[in-house]
Amino acid sequence: MPSGTNSNPWLISGFLLVVFLLGWHFFTMRPTFDPRGMTEEQLQLMEFNGDIIRTTDGGYTWNPEKEKVKGVPGPLAVLEKARTELAEAFEKKGTNDHGIAYLVGYTVSRFAAGFIAASIVAIMLGILLGLNKVLFRAVNPYIQILKPISPLAWMPLLLYTVKDPKWTAVLVVFMAALWPTLATTAFGVNSLRKDYLHVAAILQLSWIKRLFKVILPGAAPTIVNGLRISFGSALVAVVPAEMLLGELGVGYLSWIEWNNLDIAGVIFAILVVGLVGVILDSGFNKLAGLVTYQE
Amino acid sequence: MAFLQVDHATKYFPNPSGEGSVCIFRDVTIKIEKGEFVTTIGHSGCGKSTLLNIIAGLETMTEGGVILNGREASGPGLDRMVVFQNFALMPWMTVFENIALAVRSAYPDWNREQVAAHVHKYIALVGLKGAENKRPTALSGGMKQRVGLARAFSIEPKVLLLDEPFAQIDALTRGVIQEELIQMWNTSRNTVFMVTHDVDEAILLSDRIMLMTNGPEARIAEIVDVTVPRPRSRASIIEHPHYYRIRNHIIHFLVRHAKHEPDSDAVAAEVSVSAVPVEVNFEKESPRAQLTAL
Repeated sequence: MPSGTNSNPWLISGFLLVVFLLGWHFFTMRPTFDPRGMTEEQLQLMEFNGDIIRTTDGGYTWNPEKEKVKGVPGPLAVLEKARTELAEAFEKKGTNDHGIAYLVGYTVSRFAAGFIAASIVAIMLGILLGLNKVLFRAVNPYIQILKPISPLAWMPLLLYTVKDPKWTAVLVVFMAALWPTLATTAFGVNSLRKDYLHVAAILQLSWIKRLFKVILPGAAPTIVNGLRISFGSALVAVVPAEMLLGELGVGYLSWIEWNNLDIAGVIFAILVVGLVGVILDSGFNKLAGLVTYQE
Repeated sequence: MAFLQVDHATKYFPNPSGEGSVCIFRDVTIKIEKGEFVTTIGHSGCGKSTLLNIIAGLETMTEGGVILNGREASGPGLDRMVVFQNFALMPWMTVFENIALAVRSAYPDWNREQVAAHVHKYIALVGLKGAENKRPTALSGGMKQRVGLARAFSIEPKVLLLDEPFAQIDALTRGVIQEELIQMWNTSRNTVFMVTHDVDEAILLSDRIMLMTNGPEARIAEIVDVTVPRPRSRASIIEHPHYYRIRNHIIHFLVRHAKHEPDSDAVAAEVSVSAVPVEVNFEKESPRAQLTAL
């Protein structure tokens, strides 16, 4: 069979995953504890230090608690961690120890609040700038200066002004999501084909109809592209915002596991961040498919 | 006073090379009677599309005015609907929605059923039954312009402005749609102002053809009466003795004006100094017309 185009990509994906997991497993595997060649004093000292523990049959084995911070944990350790985390996904054990489902929920709602607010503001401002060339030229230099600023750079100032870490995190997402949508919306509206506006003018459409029947749907494909860029940069910003502000969420999970020196937990948190991103992204793509058209 | 009158229109564009401005056309006066089909032919850049946009209210003129039915028409309006060269159909709307948008604007107090019935009537008229829910992307150029024509006729405008409506349609389809347009116009009898490059199209459709000189400072040099009786069809029109005389006359005019400097032809020289358009009618057989028709 010829290779390439006819092969199932899922087979290749599965194969790559297996290779990766096996490689990960073997590179992080440590030999089982071998007491041969050690004196009884040495073994007792190691047990006292907590490096090894006595098993029920009288032998010794590596202390699993201490293993967590030695080297990089293998896939089995991460799987075990994931299993325990998912088992208590919906539990709240304390003010800072909420189940993974809650953490995902906090991050998604924080992300959604910032992203949706930013999108609404950016699209409205973008339309305004796109329709008025003079205003656009007047405001554009400021957009160009503000756009490249990392949203995290705003954080101290936001924290100082709003005095609430919860809203600061939302505002960091807001700042991250604002500029790409604003710039592309202004561009999309500005480069809308004049014919469409001419038709709207001849038909004497009211400005509301003009906006919702002609300008917005006409610029929609460009606006969606801007939203997609905003979406990515907001997703990148939400994790460090949670880390720095200590707000409960999947970004915070990664940091708290690091503070606990639970490296398997850190890897688990990274995977959760990735998964949340994929879920949000696919939802976004479904939404985008509804408003785009072919010329 | 004519039904539609463009009165001493002059248009300047800012000079693309910097200072000053270029005069596109100067002192153009057009008089179109109610129910008349008038076409303007001229080379690219003579300002004929600008003239059409000025009548539509989509562009402003430097001097002059447009008078429709005794009133000055300024700014775009539902009484002057344009059929665009590149169709200008909203690609995010279906065929039905594109026409319904226009119908709802023209008849704001109609209910949903009245609007739908009206839209379906015009979709049937252009033979697009079954394509109501297709988007423009799924249609050929000819079908798109049928939608454009249905949209324009559906709001029953006082004046229909056709801006090179068939320029982007393949030659075989073009002929079919031209005859469909004749049929629609025969029943509606709108006043039509068309701009085109296509001499045969102009003769087939028009009552009068205005010939524009090249820009800058373009003028309407001649007005040719199409002395071929209606009803016309592409097959029958070429049998008429005046058809090729009119056609040759127009083509001679266009060839003569394709050159930047007027040649030594006596008629051309006379035309280029005359401020009032020369009227050409092959039934009246003026000596000048005979001369240029050769």
